[in-house]
Amino acid sequence: MGYFELMGFGPKGWGLLLAQATLMTIAVSVTAFAIGAVLGALLAWARLAGGRGVNLAAETYVTVLRGIPDLLVIYLLYFGGSSALTSLMKALGNDGFVGVNAFAAGAIAVGIISAAYQSEVYRGAFGAVAKGEIEAARAVGMGRMLMFRRILAPQILRFAIPGLGNVWQLALKESALISVVGLTEILRQAQVGAGSTRQPFFFFITAAALYLILSTVSGWGFNRAEAAAMRGVRRA
Amino acid sequence: MDLAFLGETFVTLLGGVPLLLQLTFFSVSIGAVFAVALALMRLSGNPLLDYPARGYVFVFRGTPLLVQIFLIYYGLGQFPEIRQSIAWPFLRQPYWCAILALTLNTAAYATEIIRGGILSVPFGQIEAARACGMSRTMIFRRIILPQGLRTALPAYGNEIILMTRATALASVITLMEVTGIASKLVSETFRAIEVFACAGAIYLFINFLISRAIAWAERRLSPQAAPQSAAAPEPAR
Amino acid sequence: MTATTAAVSLKGLRKRFNDLEVLKGISLDAAEGDVISILGASGSGKSTLLRCINLLEIPDEGDVVVGGEAIAWKPRRGGGREPADRGQVERMRSRLGMVFQNFNLWSHMTVLENVIEAPVHVQKRPKAEAIAEAEALLVKVGIADKRNHYPAHLSGGQQQRAAIARALAMHPKVMLFDEPTSALDPELVGEVLRVMRALADEGRTMLVVTHEMGFAREVSDRVLFLHQGVIEADGPPAELFTNPKSDRLRQFLASHLSA
Repeated sequence: MGYFELMGFGPKGWGLLLAQATLMTIAVSVTAFAIGAVLGALLAWARLAGGRGVNLAAETYVTVLRGIPDLLVIYLLYFGGSSALTSLMKALGNDGFVGVNAFAAGAIAVGIISAAYQSEVYRGAFGAVAKGEIEAARAVGMGRMLMFRRILAPQILRFAIPGLGNVWQLALKESALISVVGLTEILRQAQVGAGSTRQPFFFFITAAALYLILSTVSGWGFNRAEAAAMRGVRRA
Repeated sequence: MDLAFLGETFVTLLGGVPLLLQLTFFSVSIGAVFAVALALMRLSGNPLLDYPARGYVFVFRGTPLLVQIFLIYYGLGQFPEIRQSIAWPFLRQPYWCAILALTLNTAAYATEIIRGGILSVPFGQIEAARACGMSRTMIFRRIILPQGLRTALPAYGNEIILMTRATALASVITLMEVTGIASKLVSETFRAIEVFACAGAIYLFINFLISRAIAWAERRLSPQAAPQSAAAPEPAR
Repeated sequence: MTATTAAVSLKGLRKRFNDLEVLKGISLDAAEGDVISILGASGSGKSTLLRCINLLEIPDEGDVVVGGEAIAWKPRRGGGREPADRGQVERMRSRLGMVFQNFNLWSHMTVLENVIEAPVHVQKRPKAEAIAEAEALLVKVGIADKRNHYPAHLSGGQQQRAAIARALAMHPKVMLFDEPTSALDPELVGEVLRVMRALADEGRTMLVVTHEMGFAREVSDRVLFLHQGVIEADGPPAELFTNPKSDRLRQFLASHLSA
């Protein structure tokens, strides 16, 4: 069977399954990125405004999660979680292995890794906000919440966009690792197809192309967001 | 806290460290050589060199490493031409496939790091070198490369750490480095949290050592950043 | 009980940064309508003095009274003191207008948005009213045509005038100017001084830290000369400029009044 027939949407083609798998990749990456955004913002806040203990805890978190392999985090959450769940079930009287949902474990794993990177992006973006503008906000009588809402947050988001673009690309690529715990995203689907038709090269090349397309389109999106957010800022 | 189990696990996992270090060391060093070549291609100003290098970087940075590993380990075997070539004894082994994939991957990231380092050298210094009559090769060797490397060192150190994390993916194609051994242990003992936590600790320790080494190298290479000694010689009047 | 309350009253202000005592007991009363220029060498404490008025710096000792209301203090963990009521501080700041050396316009907002920001969000005035007034203020300072531009697209002089409009929009009782023209190219200084002069002529209460001797001599009612954290001289400009009694003031004027 030719390449295009194999990947197409005909009766013997894998196109439909690969398209569904692509949606799954997008879904799990977006979920992970969102988890990372919330957790990352909290970590950044802990490091910027927290007391010594909180600051140290956040710093340790970032160091650990950037120092261990992402695969290990996924294994930990999936197998560790399943192990814990199985014990819990056993205590309640149900024997047998209980598996944690692969999507959940994968999204949370990639999310907590992404949080470590995102916190550094937010911290850097905060540092880029001109101190004078914060002073002017204080001089005008703004309280902390108001200053954060009107002056800090918009500027931090603006400066964070390039860094967040990179972190998103990381999340997209890490989603491929979730295939090892059985989630049917792009790579897993490609593996299934490869095993079934014994044409691994075709399937993995298609997988690579799909990731490249997702990555390129995302890149355009972030560039446009950056351009829109940076209007009014004179750059070198 | 079953300390005996943790201790045993730790020792078993340490058995995977030599392989981890090999994979990291070979891929980073060979990848660096490719990266210098690719960086020079990008900086050459010649579109026939620039665009292929750009394409390479784009593809290898835009696709997941695991896909690249699968392509090489599983994918290449699809073609009879490859199965009958002289490279096959290597390409059928997970070890060489892993090294090839890791090398090609790090080369792409390192290219941009090295390019950034080379570009960071202030143009004024290059002009001054030209004014002294230095040839292009000499300028590259004496002015650009030393300073470029110094600037690129922190980012390159980061890349080395990323590569040690990346070697864990080799476990997916059956290599028994630390993560591979850990997975096997978990499937035998079902004590996922303890085993994987031990594995994580090992990676953290290795990365800690690497960071220290990079910091030391940075200090060694930056004499101008060091504090002035009290007995600085007075200029002759 | 005085018949008229001073607009700003400072008593015995002391401030140190680590080992360095920058303000060594400053007392000052500014009546309504006073235009006071504060002169001194760098390091004399003049900016610190101004910033103590709106509590951007916290004086270690002394009273700060704005419009008859005194700041309440409480001891701070780790030594020293801090304002007892943050709400009081914010309220007071919204009645004082400050113009900074580096303008400090908010870069993600247009000029108009900068001017209406505090009236709408801090003083809770209706947006339509704030916009109408902002437009009038921008005409007054001469940059009405820049209302929808971002600060980065304006010259230094235009940015500073926008900053003055922003301060005026809050209906301040007292305006504080911290070296408003020091960061400007020489040819842009004039346009800002013109606006400040107009404000003085209107009868606004202004405290101006400046190096512009012309402004100090011609526009202010009173000139303060600070030296190493102490007020060395205090009086009408005519007296201080033509007949300086202090040697240090004489030296300062000599070095700053070169043609």
